Amino acid sequence: MGYVKGLRCKECKREFPKEPIHVCEFCFGPLEVDYDYENIKKAVSRKSIESRSPSMWRYREFLPIDEDPKVGLHTGFTPLVRAKNLGKALGLNNLYVKNDSVNHPTFSFKDRVVSVAVSKAIEFGFDTLSCASTGNLANSVAAHAAEAGLKSCIFIPDGLEAGKILGTLIYGTQLIAVKGSYDDVNRLCSEVAADHKWAFVNINIRPYYGDGSKSYGYEIAEQLGWKAPDNVVVPVAGSSLITKIWKAFHEFEAMDLIGPFKTKIFAAQATGCSPVTTAIKNGTDVITPVKPNTIAKSIAIGNPADGYYGVKTANESGGYGEDVSDEEIVQAMQLMAETEGIFTETAGGVTLAVTKKLIAQKRIKPDELTVICVTGNGLKTQEALDGAFEPPVVIEPHLHSFEEIFANNLTVE
Amino acid sequence: MAVKVRIPTPLMKLTSNQSEVTAEGATISDIFDNLESQFAGIKERICEENGSPRRFINIYVNEEDIRFLDGEKTAVKEGDEISIIPAIAGGFR
Repeated sequence: MGYVKGLRCKECKREFPKEPIHVCEFCFGPLEVDYDYENIKKAVSRKSIESRSPSMWRYREFLPIDEDPKVGLHTGFTPLVRAKNLGKALGLNNLYVKNDSVNHPTFSFKDRVVSVAVSKAIEFGFDTLSCASTGNLANSVAAHAAEAGLKSCIFIPDGLEAGKILGTLIYGTQLIAVKGSYDDVNRLCSEVAADHKWAFVNINIRPYYGDGSKSYGYEIAEQLGWKAPDNVVVPVAGSSLITKIWKAFHEFEAMDLIGPFKTKIFAAQATGCSPVTTAIKNGTDVITPVKPNTIAKSIAIGNPADGYYGVKTANESGGYGEDVSDEEIVQAMQLMAETEGIFTETAGGVTLAVTKKLIAQKRIKPDELTVICVTGNGLKTQEALDGAFEPPVVIEPHLHSFEEIFANNLTVE
Repeated sequence: MAVKVRIPTPLMKLTSNQSEVTAEGATISDIFDNLESQFAGIKERICEENGSPRRFINIYVNEEDIRFLDGEKTAVKEGDEISIIPAIAGGFR
């Protein structure tokens, strides 16, 4: 009942069957899902999509599973917030925040990719899930393994934020911290994957997994009233999300769900880990890997798997890439919380701080419709704000105790 | 100078199904040439025409990406271990 014809190499276009594989065995290019767009076009309309429940599965024809989804039925369709206060602070008249910090069930956009990957892993008959993760993916894989009743073994770099570790362990998984960076973990996992018949969601299930991210783009377009925005600012780690948002708009255009669009896609990274934005700024498509050093750990990937395509997406769309310091990231996290009541994790601070830079550079203009991507929740990365605030004032439970400090220069804003 | 080279699954058809082979040379470039002399056709699968590794292949010497070293001019010594790994998501073996 699905619309997946098979897999195809993104580079040499060789075709492969629907299997848990992710690399072209001829040119080593990445494999991607090949859809039957002719029949999708017959099956979907704005009306059919709008009639479905508010989750990412309202776009199910565009997602690479053959059977009904097995897990994550409530994932997606997160708020697209009209950010008037933040817009005012930035000098933008038409600003939105796509807020995946409240995604179900683990508060990041990774629930989208994992819902698809786990549903697909079950179709393939795997009994164990695994992944290499900077934290958000770990949370999501552990949660969905619990929901599916499957075993899981999850690999993270040593030294992640406490919230990301606890937020994985709670689901009853086997968690392994590896001495090294995410890139070391990822490489180790690719070798483990060769010897253990597990579903590594971001390795052997990667072609399917990645397409879960497209739903983030579909939702932006539908929630804007079936159109693509002028600008999207995307946090970049491995560069998968940025390419899938771009792909989502193109698919919707090809299916006549939206009209022609000229969206510029901007890549946002932390200066302490900016291989993609550095390549964009240097006008090259060759990614030079780096050793990450930033508080934005969720996007600290020094050797990005899809980096080449991330650069291509920014360039082809007429966008750009910028990076920001850890200090700018924290300031931006506070700005978003104070203006919109949205507590984003560090990666969202990166996106907002980069947006500020792009406005200053006049690459984003005041009246353009701009969407800032928030992909994770600030409660998971509290260490980034260590020392940023004074502890609360402590008083006795008596009115006079309050009046005393109130008279003594307490500010209430 | 003999080094160990780990071969990724898609290239094992060229190495008679061996996942690990021995090669000689003083630099990564030499190793590529030596591999070609042992297993005809393997170099064009790993390298562009100019001899640098293909975009979607990463080469490691003792667990370190050669892009952090001297690229294909990286020197190798007796007993080093070289891995050829597809770039996507760390690749697979």
